[in-house]
Amino acid sequence: MIVSALFFYLFAGVCVASAVMVIVSRNPVHSVLYLILAFVNASGLFVLMGAEFLGMMLIVVYVGAVAVLFLFVIMMLDVDFVELREGFLEYLPIGLVIGGIFLVELLLVAGGWVINPGTVKQITAAIPTNVSNTEALGLVLYTKYIHYFQIAGMVLLVAMIGAIVLTLRHKVKVKRQDINVQNARTPELAMAVRKVTSGQGLQDADAAEWVK
Amino acid sequence: MTVGLGHYLAVGAILFTLGILGIFLNRKNIIVILMSIELILLAVNVNLVAFSTFLGDIVGQVFALLVLTVAAAEAAIGLAVLVVYFRNRGSIAVEDVNLMKG
Repeated sequence: MIVSALFFYLFAGVCVASAVMVIVSRNPVHSVLYLILAFVNASGLFVLMGAEFLGMMLIVVYVGAVAVLFLFVIMMLDVDFVELREGFLEYLPIGLVIGGIFLVELLLVAGGWVINPGTVKQITAAIPTNVSNTEALGLVLYTKYIHYFQIAGMVLLVAMIGAIVLTLRHKVKVKRQDINVQNARTPELAMAVRKVTSGQGLQDADAAEWVK
Repeated sequence: MTVGLGHYLAVGAILFTLGILGIFLNRKNIIVILMSIELILLAVNVNLVAFSTFLGDIVGQVFALLVLTVAAAEAAIGLAVLVVYFRNRGSIAVEDVNLMKG
């Protein structure tokens, strides 16, 4: 018991500390790395709570995909990040006031609150004790919540198509293959027979037409 | 010394507050703002999973999974918009975003 409490404080402490570093770090690359640390520790918290599947999913999705996406974008954009830091101290007081009020409110709610005894009777899908967390999740996700699952898939599909449509651009200089033009090509379009006078060669105008 | 539901809720509350504070502190840097939004969604997930495991109801974890997909989609779209904006304007200063004069 004491070991799990120790691990809780370890994971929670590192998670909160790295979340602080995410928002105060000067370099956005460091912010992303601290974000990864925060997510890894949050996944440790999930495992500690008994939600192993979500803990591993957090590492796969966030560390494997989202954080790498952030890193790519930060390294791809040539941005002067020092300039963007201006106004950091200017917004610090109002941010601290609002954040402080918010935190106090949340902690008051979390502290002075009890579970209604009737809640336990209203449980929709109880966690089965004889199967693993992954299996228990799959048993409800693919049966009772199959529509939510499919809608989540559609959300990801829309996000993927949207990201591609937004960032795709056709450069004018790049030569692309046009299959219709290729198929419509006939020998008359492709070849021309010219009489070349000896010693003169083709004139420039003829050559230009030939190339076209 | 035993760790209960309240401890996890406190971690979630602190993470949520840090996310909001990050949005205030980095008003000009939209990349850090997006990261703060990820922190907020992580705090929501911590809350959902804490309630799910302590009340013995697995639906909370299903919900956390859905929040995870939405967070991933949001990050992808947000960064794509950011890249397009940078291509058009040559900077990512969000205070200059007034093209539509809204």
